[in-house]
Amino acid sequence: MPQDVSALQLVLSGDPALFAIVRLSVVVSLSATIGAAVIGLPFGALVALTRFPGRELVVVVMNALMGLPPVVVGLAVYLMLSRSGPLGSWGLLFTPQAMVIAQTILIAPIIAALARQTIEDLWVEYRDELAAMDVGPAGRVATLIWDARFSLLTALLAGFGRAAAEVGAVIIVGGNIDGFTRTMTTAIALETSKGDLPLAMGLGMVLIAIVVLVNAAAWGARRAGERLAQ
Amino acid sequence: MLTRRLAILGACLALPLLTQAAPAQDKSIVVASTTSTQDSGLFGHILPLFKAKTGIEVRVVAQGTGQALDTARRGDADVAFVHAKAQEEKFVADGFGVKRFPVMYNDFVLIGPNSDPAGIKGTSDIVTALQTIKAKAAPFISRGDRSGTHAAELELWKAAGIHIPKEKGPWYKEIGQGMGAALNVASASNAYVLSDRGTWISFKNRGELDIAVAGDKRLFNQYGVMLVNPAKHPHVKKDFGQAFIDWLVSAEGQKAIADYKIDGQQLFFPNTNEPGA
Amino acid sequence: MTMRAPITDVPIVLDAVSLAVRNVTILDNISLSLAAGAPTVLIGPNGAGKTTLLRLAMGLVAPTRGRVTRGGRSDTPPTRRAIVFQRPVMLRRSAGANLRYALKAAGVPRADRQKRVEELLALVGLAGLAPRAARKLSGGEQQRLALARALAKDPQVLFLDEPTASLDPAATKSVEDVIRAVAARGIKVVMSTHDLGEAKRIAGEIVLMHRGRIVEIADAATFFGNPATPEARRFVAGELLV
Repeated sequence: MPQDVSALQLVLSGDPALFAIVRLSVVVSLSATIGAAVIGLPFGALVALTRFPGRELVVVVMNALMGLPPVVVGLAVYLMLSRSGPLGSWGLLFTPQAMVIAQTILIAPIIAALARQTIEDLWVEYRDELAAMDVGPAGRVATLIWDARFSLLTALLAGFGRAAAEVGAVIIVGGNIDGFTRTMTTAIALETSKGDLPLAMGLGMVLIAIVVLVNAAAWGARRAGERLAQ
Repeated sequence: MLTRRLAILGACLALPLLTQAAPAQDKSIVVASTTSTQDSGLFGHILPLFKAKTGIEVRVVAQGTGQALDTARRGDADVAFVHAKAQEEKFVADGFGVKRFPVMYNDFVLIGPNSDPAGIKGTSDIVTALQTIKAKAAPFISRGDRSGTHAAELELWKAAGIHIPKEKGPWYKEIGQGMGAALNVASASNAYVLSDRGTWISFKNRGELDIAVAGDKRLFNQYGVMLVNPAKHPHVKKDFGQAFIDWLVSAEGQKAIADYKIDGQQLFFPNTNEPGA
Repeated sequence: MTMRAPITDVPIVLDAVSLAVRNVTILDNISLSLAAGAPTVLIGPNGAGKTTLLRLAMGLVAPTRGRVTRGGRSDTPPTRRAIVFQRPVMLRRSAGANLRYALKAAGVPRADRQKRVEELLALVGLAGLAPRAARKLSGGEQQRLALARALAKDPQVLFLDEPTASLDPAATKSVEDVIRAVAARGIKVVMSTHDLGEAKRIAGEIVLMHRGRIVEIADAATFFGNPATPEARRFVAGELLV
């Protein structure tokens, strides 16, 4: 990337290298959010709607895992995907796929825990009525997820925001390879350590803009949900 | 329905990403190298030339020398390109590398604040400079990260007759990070730091820092490249990796290295044919 | 080919039913037969067990002792019975969508649903409110919507837990009108109420409950004119039963 172009110029000019970095960040975090939703939503719904021994402990652990440190996840995935590790033959280390895997693991607990809370709260409200209408288990789950969709969307956006903002996991498993696994956060880390602060700040501006957009979307989702709920 | 549409949208965006050809089949290699080499911008200059000639994409994972050699030992890279001769020779002797080829050298410089608390600015003897720094307990930043630069720094303290792990004091700070970070910390705390010239030339956040000592032969920094041994790691892309090594030591590659300049200054001096490099 | 007898839930017979939760007796040795015909109205002070009795007869809870049979069988699915809770919960959708949901759960084919939605809304006096968010309706409107939702099932038996408790007189009257209309169509209504006047207006059969037991069962005229038990006499006279 050209080193002496001012950060704002780069952002506004739509510099292709910058755009490639932003695109990679969004695609990696979005893929991770989808993967985490596929794992976390059903799991959260299951815990919300069933009773089993040790359930309270599971809930506590789910909530605690929301605070998984990204670097720890990165390290664990690195050890798994390294050629000398158990999944080395997949050859995924230092690729965007590894980054998606690491971020999926990182945010799945967030989505699962928030989904569990949302669905459980709604289930307490709906339980009698759905029982009275003799709705079967599949129907109950579908109804709860549909009626809680805005809150669940907020949970997904929270997961995406966490993924897009983290650097510890993606830098370890991705290797911050120029033009291949360099995301906004890893590029900011790199440019800062090189002393190219204006460029790092330019990237930071884009990242903050994305985070603000995501939060605005979450707010919009909450408002839409409230309009229908009350 | 909103969530379903979002899922479809996400899947469409992600599909090209997730269905990329498995890394084993595409024309690329992973090179474990060092942050100082990366930060100097050399790769940005020479790799496109290599790709244009051979079509091979070189993916550089930049870490400290120790970490880079570990990555290569684990088989997570195809080629190692670092600057710590003793460690490289051990790497080959232990069977992890096939053969070491010298490629180029650059030099280290001792950076210090303009206020020069140790009074060593402008001297050309690195050993006496270090002894003076210790004697005056002038602030000194060490990378402390098993990098080639860190290894060189420790060698220089030894040459000065100082056993730094035992004899350091509060004036000596190890930060465990790369060259850019070390320069940042030195700039912020007006301290001395050993840096490779390339990173220094590209470093933008200089503050009150400037070159204090340079030119001593003991400050020269030799780079070597090695193919990770396919006998230990059968998946290593040995043909592509060897093609990269062959290009680096060829006349064309050596010229590309010499042509790389920042602010008109050449950073790296190709010397693959120099005996004993 | 044998013809399957149509599922019928009536009569609902409780045979020496008791229900205890964590050592607290809520229903104590109840024997009661809810037969087709005029509405059965449960009355009694708070804590008498009226709500629990309704839920048990509906099939939402099981007795800890005794048996419940419906139409002679002990395990019929709740296809032909419906309940309106004291504080009904609306799904987070429009009023029309709530009814469509209930119709779908009851197995009504999609093509018929819209027509039924309009009929049901008209029946409970909520015509035209289909697109409104159900949770934004007034208390009285939600109660009537809950009634419409229960009727969507085309039930044989309709349980109502204090259906007019939180309604103003105008809304109370319209709900009572619907209940009488529904009963006139042959649906067995089993409801609880605090309002003795309402009990007189709607019953059928009066069941007085006190501390988990049935104190007296009689038709409305006999109960109010000539109560048999001392508790019934005191209750009708407006004294508190403790």
